[in-house]
Amino acid sequence: MRRLLNIRPHGGGRILLGLVPLLAVALFYLVASEARHAQNIHDKLLPTASAMVEAVKMMATVDPLTGQAPLLVDTAASLKRISTALVIATGITLILGLVIGLLPMMKAGMGPLVAAVAVIPPIAILPVLFIVFGLGEVSKIALIVIGITPVMVRDLAAHVGAIPKEQLIKAQTLGASTWQTALRVALPQAMPRLFMAVSLALGPAWVFLISAEAIAADVGLGYRIFLVRRYLSMDIIIPYVIWISLLAVLMDVALTMISRRAFPWAYPKGGQ
Amino acid sequence: MALLDFSNVWVEYGDKVVLEQVDLSIEAGAFVSIVGASGAGKSTFLRLALGQERPTRGSIWLDGEPLLQEPGPDRGVVFQRYSVFPHLSARDNVVFGLDCAGSPLLGRLSGARRRAAVAEAEAMLEAVGLGDAVNVFPAQLSGGMQQRLAIAQALIKKPRILLLDEPFGALDPGSRLDMHELITKLWREHGLTIMMVTHDIKEAFKLGTRVLAFDKRRRDPQAPHRYGSTAVYDFPLDKKDAVIPDELTQMTAR
Repeated sequence: MRRLLNIRPHGGGRILLGLVPLLAVALFYLVASEARHAQNIHDKLLPTASAMVEAVKMMATVDPLTGQAPLLVDTAASLKRISTALVIATGITLILGLVIGLLPMMKAGMGPLVAAVAVIPPIAILPVLFIVFGLGEVSKIALIVIGITPVMVRDLAAHVGAIPKEQLIKAQTLGASTWQTALRVALPQAMPRLFMAVSLALGPAWVFLISAEAIAADVGLGYRIFLVRRYLSMDIIIPYVIWISLLAVLMDVALTMISRRAFPWAYPKGGQ
Repeated sequence: MALLDFSNVWVEYGDKVVLEQVDLSIEAGAFVSIVGASGAGKSTFLRLALGQERPTRGSIWLDGEPLLQEPGPDRGVVFQRYSVFPHLSARDNVVFGLDCAGSPLLGRLSGARRRAAVAEAEAMLEAVGLGDAVNVFPAQLSGGMQQRLAIAQALIKKPRILLLDEPFGALDPGSRLDMHELITKLWREHGLTIMMVTHDIKEAFKLGTRVLAFDKRRRDPQAPHRYGSTAVYDFPLDKKDAVIPDELTQMTAR
């Protein structure tokens, strides 16, 4: 008998193993929903699949009052906020991560500040952001940026700092200046890690986005689910949550694919 | 005038003396092997020449000028590991040195100058036996081939002196012999000056024209750290296959 830890699933078996828990959860929900509806056909807590399809259709069609389809405008607004914030955070991370990781003087100077900012719970300064930036888009984007950037900077700086000393000395013996070393040695090796840092920051970024939208917004995925909560509209909330998860997964997959395509040297064949 | 001069050089970390009273001259065209037990300061000595470390006392002269206290293109280096850039192909690893010299802002040549640099790099790769692997990333190269690449990368800058820090220490015996042949050939053809730190005393005598052995000259049993190492043996090797002195074998085995 082989040991359990040596049995690896392959090909179709692997996909099947991944599908089983997902289907089990879905099945469990459907059974529970049926059971509740058998007792009370107006049950709102566990809406049936058909009710959720109806609700999504309703949200995806243009509302004659506003002239807009809520699902589309919510998705557009949320994606715009989160992608703007991700671009800003990535830019800051790239610059700060490189200089802190590469220059001992910047590490001594900026390290403590980044460490201090990183331990502030971002939601705690949301009121400050609302006061300073108002209730518009800026404060929501600022919350995401403040929430994810310090962790990303520390991660990237640590990664750049871990580039073997031998490489940096070798670069200098080949005549590279500080600038050339940063540009040609540190930056390319930081890029795959930067993509990974963005991937890992996606989760927190969505948390901060939904929080900001829940508190002060008039459009957005987070705004909508907190709005319809008042009417106990689980038939809208559940599809919205699934949609948000799907968007997050798609962004993650896209980032990984771009990184693999752009930096093949960082993904040797046969794994690390 | 010697190429590289060490004049009464000391290296101390706090009250721990690593090197003391190092007085040496390295002649142009020499192949100097540096041996010694672990912790005898032979790597520290190499780092001094590299500019990675500063002497606490004394001075170092390269070509009659005070040695720049940071690594520079006049001194090439090959380490035991991590000498090549993992994100660049073999060709780009070698072109890197020419890129840096020719393009201060972008660190990357373009057009006709790039083509000339690539041709030069490919000729150098050919010379170290990597002519078939120009497009390959270092991760796909064997340990011996990575060291060949590191040597080609260093030689493209035509350094005044080539510093090797246990360059063949991580290789299997077969590729080590190939590398011995290669480095001897390059040393002759390019008229190089080489300083090589090694653990392998046979290698030191086989390759070198001069062998330096680092050890402590004095010992204090109560405070062993208060005395540093220096070059206690200095053998010029006029002919090959010189006999390795017994005392040296014992010293490095310790």
